[in-house]
Amino acid sequence: MYMTGLLQFGLGNIANAATWIPLHPTAASSIAQDVDLLYYFLTALTLFFTALIFGTIFYFMVKFRRRSPDEVPPDTKTHLALELTWTIIPTLITVVIFVWASVLYVRNSRPPASSTEMFVVGKQWMWHVQHPEGVREINEMHVPVGVPIKLTMTSEDVIHDFYIPAFRVKKDVMPGRYSSIWFQATEIGTYHLFCAQYCGTDHSQMIGWVYVMSPTDYATWLAGGTKNESMAEMGGRLFSQLGCAACHSSDNSGRGPSLAGLYGTTEKLRDGSSKTVDEGLIRQAIVNPNSVMLPNYPPIMPTFQGQVNEEQVLQLIAYVKSLEPEERTTSSK
Amino acid sequence: MADMAVHHAQPKEFQHQFEDMEQQRDAGTFGMWVFLVTEIMFFGGLFGAYIVYRSLYLPSFEIGSRLLKVNFGATNTVILIASSLTMALSIYAAHINRKNLQVVFLALTMLLGGIFLFLKFAFEWTADYHEHLIPGFGFIVRPEWGAAGYHVPMFFCFYFFMTGLHALHMIIGFGILAVLLVMAWRGRFHSEYYAPLESTGLYWHFVDIVWIFLFPLLYLIGGRYVIGGGH
Amino acid sequence: MSTTVIAEIPGHELPSESRVNYLNVDHSVKSWLLTHDHKRIALLYLISITLMFFVGGFFAVLMRLNLIEPTGLVAPETYNKLFSMHGIIMVFFFLVPSIPATLGNFLVPMMIGARDLAFPRINLLSWYIYIIGAAFTMYAVISGGVDTGWTFYTPYSSTFSHSQVIPAAVGVFITGFSSILTGLNFVVTIHKMRAPGLTWFRLPLFIWSMYATSVIFILGTPVIAITLFLLGLERLLHIGIFDPAIGGDPILFQHMFWFYSHPAVYIMILPGMGVMSELITAFSRKRIFGYTFVAFSSLAIAVISFLVWGHHMFVTGQSVYAGLIFSVLSFLVAIPSAIKVFNWTATLYKGSISYEAPMLYALGFIGLFTMGGLTGLFLASLATDVHLNGTYFIVAHFHYIMVGGAVMAYLGGLHFWWPKITGRLYPDGWARFAALVIFVGFNLTFFPQFVLGYLGMPRRYAVYPAEFQVLNVMSSAGASILGVGYVIPLIYFIWSFKYGPIAGPNPWGAKGLEWTTPSPPPTENFEEIPIVTEQAYNYAGTSESAHG
Repeated sequence: MYMTGLLQFGLGNIANAATWIPLHPTAASSIAQDVDLLYYFLTALTLFFTALIFGTIFYFMVKFRRRSPDEVPPDTKTHLALELTWTIIPTLITVVIFVWASVLYVRNSRPPASSTEMFVVGKQWMWHVQHPEGVREINEMHVPVGVPIKLTMTSEDVIHDFYIPAFRVKKDVMPGRYSSIWFQATEIGTYHLFCAQYCGTDHSQMIGWVYVMSPTDYATWLAGGTKNESMAEMGGRLFSQLGCAACHSSDNSGRGPSLAGLYGTTEKLRDGSSKTVDEGLIRQAIVNPNSVMLPNYPPIMPTFQGQVNEEQVLQLIAYVKSLEPEERTTSSK
Repeated sequence: MADMAVHHAQPKEFQHQFEDMEQQRDAGTFGMWVFLVTEIMFFGGLFGAYIVYRSLYLPSFEIGSRLLKVNFGATNTVILIASSLTMALSIYAAHINRKNLQVVFLALTMLLGGIFLFLKFAFEWTADYHEHLIPGFGFIVRPEWGAAGYHVPMFFCFYFFMTGLHALHMIIGFGILAVLLVMAWRGRFHSEYYAPLESTGLYWHFVDIVWIFLFPLLYLIGGRYVIGGGH
Repeated sequence: MSTTVIAEIPGHELPSESRVNYLNVDHSVKSWLLTHDHKRIALLYLISITLMFFVGGFFAVLMRLNLIEPTGLVAPETYNKLFSMHGIIMVFFFLVPSIPATLGNFLVPMMIGARDLAFPRINLLSWYIYIIGAAFTMYAVISGGVDTGWTFYTPYSSTFSHSQVIPAAVGVFITGFSSILTGLNFVVTIHKMRAPGLTWFRLPLFIWSMYATSVIFILGTPVIAITLFLLGLERLLHIGIFDPAIGGDPILFQHMFWFYSHPAVYIMILPGMGVMSELITAFSRKRIFGYTFVAFSSLAIAVISFLVWGHHMFVTGQSVYAGLIFSVLSFLVAIPSAIKVFNWTATLYKGSISYEAPMLYALGFIGLFTMGGLTGLFLASLATDVHLNGTYFIVAHFHYIMVGGAVMAYLGGLHFWWPKITGRLYPDGWARFAALVIFVGFNLTFFPQFVLGYLGMPRRYAVYPAEFQVLNVMSSAGASILGVGYVIPLIYFIWSFKYGPIAGPNPWGAKGLEWTTPSPPPTENFEEIPIVTEQAYNYAGTSESAHG
């Protein structure tokens, strides 16, 4: 405890002193300083061992330089204790680093249950961000400070990567599936957003800004501008427009199941496997229905691949998630 | 220790970088085994990917498997095993210094290999083409496949890639056998020197073993022989 | 002392021009292009690899020029092709073959007391395969270029790129067989053709590292071959196992690609480590410290290298458990390398150290490899890798190992064995100067990139935010110095062929069977196959039983 405190003090001061030489991006998220601490520890370790090796070599080079052309030095002796020491000590050091880094990573991999959700679709060569309330942004993302945000992301085309250096978060964004990250911004400000997986011609211009605002400013921003439909409302509109309601009526009278309350449950599929109905499964049902059909229903759902883009899929998913079981009418089947 | 005088006493097949024929034979056989390890890794990538996708899309893979022409596959299996026998016999013929027998068995091996390829290309693959089962060449997903139809093309991708790669190795082997046939006809192989026959035999047996894995994995796992017809 | 028979009596050497050696035995073009002699094949490779190095280096120069300006100097499409082709050429056509195909081909038979490799014609075939592969790739370069990155990730490479993906992939595919055949040749040769008395634990450590490298050649290269083959088929047929439309997974491509490409980076560094053991012992005139540990470390690195590929994919969405496993194994693979560094350093203790150019390269390698290797820990650590993946930190990390490590080892080896290969000495003053220029230029080029990476500058960016400019300009300045540093040896090496002083059989006073032959050696290497009765690096002349 004392040691880590001392470590934090020392490294933190180095980090602070280093701000006039930019050595790290602003630490603007709840995990950023923890990552920086590990980073500076590793930096110190690297510099220490590099200096140790270079220094020892330099010292030996001078002390044992050849003094006469026929010099033959004494033979090398084996020294098992030394070999074991410099095997075991690095191993122990790596164990420490592994545990430290893994704990941090595992902790950061699970979004808090209370996270606000936002949705990101990457495509060549821009980022589309959708807020559940319906606001859409291109290459920009406004977020409130101090609130955990969970991003669900996908790509329309090739693999991209959503990277916010200031938050120390990054995740690949892939076609055909969802990936997710979470962060909690801690400092109001404006931060870089980069694509960090090469994706073609304008990869280096697939960049933008993340605006962290105070909760009140964020609420104002969200409400301002033209009156927006929420994602769920837009999804609902699509649900009717595309004819989904014809089969998926909420009273189970259609040829397909009612979707009310379906999100989050575990269903047994036609092929016998059990799957949780999450965003990914709903997306599969829309673009490739035959792969996730339920038993007891004829496998006649047409695919909507090509008729809806990834953002619209996310809106449909938001709509389905919004259907509470109470919305099921009480008429019996 | 070996010196130049001993080298001059070596048979004409002796290669100068070695110390003696025994080292040369040893190195040659070992070299072919090392090469076969590389071939295992080459096919291994495909087998690994196949196993992954089969576990993800089992129903589709079973549908695909049942659409293969198992009679041709089984016949080809027997033919290939027989060709491994004739290959081994050609080496035996060299051991016992019977040149004509070497030629006969090598020719038989080539014939059997040729029949294998003929049955595969002229019958199996041609039929698959007409039934629209070749991905990238007019594949048609059939409604009766139902929900699993979506991933059936994936099975056929593996079927054609894996059997195609295998067939390519057989064609290369066929070419090598042709060369060996000419050499055997010229009496190049005898009880003191048959290393090329042995190495090629190893290669040919390997190609055979790959098929022995491919055949069940592709043709037989479709639940075809399960009582009640599988699910 | 060794009881090997030396072909010439010291002090009575003939000048090299009047003695028949592998270089002057036949001057015809046919005798070079159809040679079976491993030493000539090594030189054929040396010329081809040097050519590819400067082509790849030329692309690097253009890249660094572009990056002086935040808004770039060339079009983004062009820049994307530059970094892709720089990577493809440097990885597959320079780094992978460099030491094995040049120094390995030349030295493996000589170090084990053999007259040639086990399969000389396959050796020649492997050079021709390399040339054909290089031709396909150069065709891709001049006919529009390829812009997928050397990693060829799908679906960009299979579906979206409009560049010459197939010729480039075919070129790499073909060249892979060159590596496979070289590895096969080395493994059989080392197993079956060691001179009498040369047991495994009397072998020079260069041979151990060539063996370990060859194991990776044999097991890993076929997997990249099949991966690129499948990529080509998918691009051609518009359907394949990575195609999401039929349930394929683009991430499978990454798994298959990195299954080879991670061990490949050990192909690139293990030979350099082997060279290190030779240089450090020769220039401190001491037996290596911890021979057995260094030998087994080479094998351990080769084996563990196949188990860590997932650390290139920590942010692809693989499960947390997979991440943890790959992370712990990645830490494990660092340990044998650390053991080697400590052993090399300890070898210097109480040695008799001289500072000719090869030793300067060796010492530079140890420091820079240490730093590069330690920065790998940042990337094996899951939490920091999330931030650093896809940034310039990665670029700096691998260049420290590949350039600060492997290229410096290659140059050190070339400088050490040049007198043996050519029978000539080069001017050591210029050589030391060039080593210094390279060291300074290298650090100035790549150290700023660590900082750029942590600041968040992604890699493969043709243009970048202006706040990163200062560090980029520093890096580009360093690159210009580094480029000059590489041209200097090219000049004096070529000069030395004709004008360099004649070298005797053993100008460095080094131990090793190769130094018992004339410089340049005769085609047959040894008049009589030597019998070995002592361990490697027996500078102190102790008998084996006395050795603790």
